[in-house]
Amino acid sequence: MITLEIAGRQVQALPGQTILEAAEAAGIHIPTLCNLKGLTPRGACRLCLVEVTSWRGKVVPSCATVVEEGMTVVAHSARLRELRRTILELLFAERNHICSVCVSNGNCELQDLACELGMDHVRVPYRFPALGMDASHARYVVDHNRCVLCGRCVRACSEIEGAMTWGFAHRGVDTVVATDAGGPWVDSSTCTECGKCVEACPTGALLDKGTSVAEQVKDPEVVSRVTERRPRA
Amino acid sequence: MKRLDVLVCSGTACVSSGSAELKDSLARAIAEAGLGEEIRILETGCMGPCELGPVMLVYPEGTFYVKVRPEDTQDIVQEHFLKGRPVRRLLWEGTAPTVKEVPFFARQHKLVLANCGTIDPERIEEYIARGGYEALARAVSELSPQQVIDEVSAAGLRGRGGAGFPTGKKWELMRQAPGTPKYVVCNADEGDPGAFMDRALLEGDPHAILEGVAIAAYAVGADRGYVYVRAEYPLAIQRLEGAVEQARGMGLLGEGILETDFCFDVQLRMGAGAFVCGEETALIASIQGRRGEPRPRPPYPAESGLWGCPTLINNVETLACVRHVLLGGAERFAAVGTETSRGTKVFALAGQICNTGLVEVPMGITLRELVLDVGGGVPQGRELKAVQIGGPSGGCLPQELLDVPVDYESLREHGAIMGSGGIIVLDDTACMVNVAKFFLEFTADESCGKCVPCRVGTRTMLDILNRIAAGQGIEEDIPRLTELAETVRSGSLCGLGQTAPNPVLSTLRYFPEEYEAHIRDRACPAGVCPDLVHYAVLPDVCRACDRCRQVCPTGAAQGTAGKPPYVIEDKLCIRCGACVEACPFDAVIVRPGRKG
Repeated sequence: MITLEIAGRQVQALPGQTILEAAEAAGIHIPTLCNLKGLTPRGACRLCLVEVTSWRGKVVPSCATVVEEGMTVVAHSARLRELRRTILELLFAERNHICSVCVSNGNCELQDLACELGMDHVRVPYRFPALGMDASHARYVVDHNRCVLCGRCVRACSEIEGAMTWGFAHRGVDTVVATDAGGPWVDSSTCTECGKCVEACPTGALLDKGTSVAEQVKDPEVVSRVTERRPRA
Repeated sequence: MKRLDVLVCSGTACVSSGSAELKDSLARAIAEAGLGEEIRILETGCMGPCELGPVMLVYPEGTFYVKVRPEDTQDIVQEHFLKGRPVRRLLWEGTAPTVKEVPFFARQHKLVLANCGTIDPERIEEYIARGGYEALARAVSELSPQQVIDEVSAAGLRGRGGAGFPTGKKWELMRQAPGTPKYVVCNADEGDPGAFMDRALLEGDPHAILEGVAIAAYAVGADRGYVYVRAEYPLAIQRLEGAVEQARGMGLLGEGILETDFCFDVQLRMGAGAFVCGEETALIASIQGRRGEPRPRPPYPAESGLWGCPTLINNVETLACVRHVLLGGAERFAAVGTETSRGTKVFALAGQICNTGLVEVPMGITLRELVLDVGGGVPQGRELKAVQIGGPSGGCLPQELLDVPVDYESLREHGAIMGSGGIIVLDDTACMVNVAKFFLEFTADESCGKCVPCRVGTRTMLDILNRIAAGQGIEEDIPRLTELAETVRSGSLCGLGQTAPNPVLSTLRYFPEEYEAHIRDRACPAGVCPDLVHYAVLPDVCRACDRCRQVCPTGAAQGTAGKPPYVIEDKLCIRCGACVEACPFDAVIVRPGRKG
């Protein structure tokens, strides 16, 4: 066992566990978005950032940083609160997140984070990009306006289903998730229609066709249920 | 043995100004004069003063010719090669007879660049004749890997790629890392705007890089390596490929190097044009054929790099330094430079500077010496305003800070970084908001899009800067920029995002009044931002020559020939500057602020 300090408390963890896992096991909550139990950590959303005092205050994503003996971790501070809130505001400003018309209203991880972090308004200019949606598939829809590029669909598709249908295209603010080498979802020759991407998606970006406002309820835990039952190499 | 050796620079800059044609013309002229047996022409790597290309050197006396055209070759052959009288008009500023007397070279300390512009980079024999592969031979036959690392540590060598991590320490960590195989990667994905240090080294002295890679491999226990070079450097790739072939042919790479048990081989990998692939974890992903995206560190590549194996990644210039440490000894290497920054550093001088080109100076030299003495200062009698050092990750230092020594710590303390060595000199015609905008536009475009602070933060900062430059800035923009800069700096995943705000922060720190003028007075003091200037004709100076009206693409310049003064109709003017250039009397001027 490894002993470390998180948020002023002595915490025990197994070698190879992440700071986030150790914190959660000890009942210390750290906000997350791109992280999903059962998938490889990506460290992309930067909401789970913590300060490691024993590494000269280095700011690291707790989801992707492995614990170390004697480590001291600050999980909550004024600086981290401000960082997380600004990052969340940037996420809201990046695309067109309009909760009142969203299928995931009331069941959305992005919305929950706004409540949790007390983000009652956005201080940076909204970007309002002209993004489309793809409803070509018989059962599912992708709406890029609500995508936060967390990559949970991409990882669920490659790591759990093994289909590797989803990937990223373009770069910077132009990055989008794309099926196969781009093109309509319905034309994908690799998609198995398993639907795990929809379940893993934290927002209303991936949805079941036919759902209306506030009707989409997701089950992201399906990923960990599958991985826990499946023997791992 | 020939009577004369003629060295024609064939670095990329000289190639683009016509060195290939020059060489052909020279060869013809020499043959016509019947001197083919006595004179040898060699193509070398970059000599440095790129602004004055094509340049050439004539040995043994070391006559240095600049801006040589194919038309000049007859004179050179007839006067110099036959009669022994150097052609004065082609000398540096028409005066310096030999390379030793050229001030541009006099203040430099060429260590890493010593072979660049001296040898034919395509011939391994020339490299060997200048002591090439001697350091590798010494390492594999006389020194243990630990002794090599100790020597590099004692020399105080630090990474030349930007961050300045101690090379010896990196090698030590790598040597101790468990797991096999181990890899060595040379990071030649140079991408800063205006920087061409690594390019010149790869093109001008490719064997020095290979030797450095092989020594590093020996020290850390690696048996395979890669040179990751950007595809935009075709000449560098060609010369590296040739160099690898030659080194293999001579038993300097491959199985049983120099008849020892040491085995090591190198492959080239071409980058596909993403700046972020210079970041080590993104570079690893790219070599493995994945999307060029960084991943969080730790684990560092020394623990888990290429295919999960320990991987050492060093910059081109760092590896080029290694042989000098082993050849001359750690003490001699460390004798140059400052307490914390040992050795020399290569810089690419660009922007508003007389001697645009490639220079190598001892670390600790002041910016003033570097820019004014070596670089020759700002041309056309204009005033130096700032020096942008460290590329898009670096910062702008104002003219008042010219006495800051160029070393890792001093530069960081003042808001810039050493970076890989790109220096852009700005004169009083530069608008600092525009400069910040330029660099931020670069990083925002090059952001891979993985993490939120870099992807959205840099773009949002750029939006705000664009708004300020367009005259729509508000008072809150400056604190908002500073807050966003802090989020992007501490929240981003990799070095690209973490350093992206530096150009904005440094210009805000040293030139706040320019931002204020853009926001409060709706004026661009330097007359650069098109929305915050207007064009005017000085009535007393205008001679009604009609030139401005003739070149104006929108009909904004109006008047009748012979009846001064002309006027610029502001509503039609698109600020293209054609009238300013066309006016022979300097009567058309750009005024800061909007009209009225």
